Amino acid sequence: MTTATAGGPPSPATDPDVAEGRRSRRIAYLLLLPGVLWLVVFFVVPVVQLFTVSLQSDYPGAPGYYYRDVNFSNYVDALVEFWPHMLRSLLFGALATFFAFVLAYPLAYAMAFKAGRWRSVMLICVIAPFFTSFILRTIAWRQILADDGVVASVLTSLHLLPGGRITETWVAVVAGLTYNFLPFMVLPIYASLERADPRVIEAGGDLYANGMTTFARVTLPMSMPGVLAGTLLTFIPASGDYVNAELLGSDRSTKMVGNVIESQFFKVPGGYDTAAALSFTLMAMILVLVFFYVRRFGTEELV
Amino acid sequence: MRTVTRWIGDRFAMIAAILVLFYLFLPVLYTFIFSFNDYRKSNITWNSNAGPTLKHWENPCGAPGICDSLVTSLQVGLLATFVATVLGTMIAFAMVRHRFRGKAASDLLVFVPMATPEIVLGASLLTIFVQGFSQVGLRLGFWTIVIAHIMFCLSFVVVTVRARLQSLDPRMEEAAQDLYAGPGETFWRVTLPLVLPGIVGAAMLAFSLSFDDFIITNFVSGDTSTFPKFVYVSYLRGIPAQANVIGFSLFVIAVLLVVVGQRVASSRTSK
Repeated sequence: MTTATAGGPPSPATDPDVAEGRRSRRIAYLLLLPGVLWLVVFFVVPVVQLFTVSLQSDYPGAPGYYYRDVNFSNYVDALVEFWPHMLRSLLFGALATFFAFVLAYPLAYAMAFKAGRWRSVMLICVIAPFFTSFILRTIAWRQILADDGVVASVLTSLHLLPGGRITETWVAVVAGLTYNFLPFMVLPIYASLERADPRVIEAGGDLYANGMTTFARVTLPMSMPGVLAGTLLTFIPASGDYVNAELLGSDRSTKMVGNVIESQFFKVPGGYDTAAALSFTLMAMILVLVFFYVRRFGTEELV
Repeated sequence: MRTVTRWIGDRFAMIAAILVLFYLFLPVLYTFIFSFNDYRKSNITWNSNAGPTLKHWENPCGAPGICDSLVTSLQVGLLATFVATVLGTMIAFAMVRHRFRGKAASDLLVFVPMATPEIVLGASLLTIFVQGFSQVGLRLGFWTIVIAHIMFCLSFVVVTVRARLQSLDPRMEEAAQDLYAGPGETFWRVTLPLVLPGIVGAAMLAFSLSFDDFIITNFVSGDTSTFPKFVYVSYLRGIPAQANVIGFSLFVIAVLLVVVGQRVASSRTSK
């Protein structure tokens, strides 16, 4: 921003820059107002309301009826009972993010540097499965991994499947999560690799003269913003998901915190406060993790 | 042998990429195959006693409620996409093109909904709809779904359009101003056409997010059913194969639209 300097202090009423700045600010607020209002009314207010629900108390002997309170024991009770689910969610989310990264990177790399004129075809291929409802695709995984399906039969005949089944185990749930959120990992990594100048990588090749070193020293660091965005876009929905655990997992050993929140909300009378407390704990944990993660690896622009 | 390993080494990324793409498509293939399943009770396992059948393709609306839910999904998707794209584009313009107080706060307000798990968004919206909005006559159903979808699509629109705006060359607009275009003319004839691909991309993203959403919809929809909700609910009783027919057809239609859209876009730029 330049301001008039010569000829004494500019009077705010006549200085064109100041007037321009004020006009610009007024336009900005008008542009922001409807969208910001929408987010405040339908995001901020509901989240605050959920927080008050998480602190309310039951009327004794009348499940489903509450009074306003500041009752932190809801959190204690919820975590004492459901900490394994919370832990499992974070663990499954992390595993799915890791596997998605391992699968996504070669694909994004090939699209950015090796695909040539097939690039847009491959891009369409990454996005296309989205259009078959994700619930349908998850059900398809149930069919693929079924006890009498191809995968389970082959593994069983090779004596590689001690339990005799894949569905109803954590393997199926993590596989489903990995699958469902894979495009969210591929697209940001591809976007950041595509922006990278291939000549820089060539120069790296000339200087290090070794494929692996070039990759570790040049290509990977250049794609870090994409990797960062991709891991967040995968981890956050994966750890909050309950559809995969519901459709591919079992009732006992693979339930995630999302399943608990859903059933406390809809099926357990008087479960509102527990569900709200768990929702808030999940949100807080994810925001803290994201904050430190972005602090540690972050760049200026995130997405 | 040496040449073989070299060949694989050179093409490692491409081979891995094709395998991953196959992995992405495998469930779509299964969805297609099971649309021909002549099953008795549940379309989860293949009925090998009967051959493949075309009867589900002949009558895709045959399962009760399936096409109603599809229409609801399309209506919600179009409405939510339109509103979210307009509001989100306005926010993006304000953020990139204007200086104002509270910029960091509005950045945060746009970012946090994306970093919040869907189940938390759904739970909090349900709370406010039940405890507050029902008193002004808003019942859970079509409109609460639309409101929720606009909310979670908005941030993604802002981020997409903002990225496009930031990558614009400011010299284009300066040139227009130098050529005596007024601010309005510059906006409509230079800025907007340049940003349009970003806006279209954002709208497509918003539509696909809305159309495929299950978790938030399940919380705020009451008795109203969208297509994903229909599939999920009917899964418990044995999913009808008509869902496979519709799901696979949507996939084909969407791919065709994207391919045609790309052809049109590339023929325009090459002119």
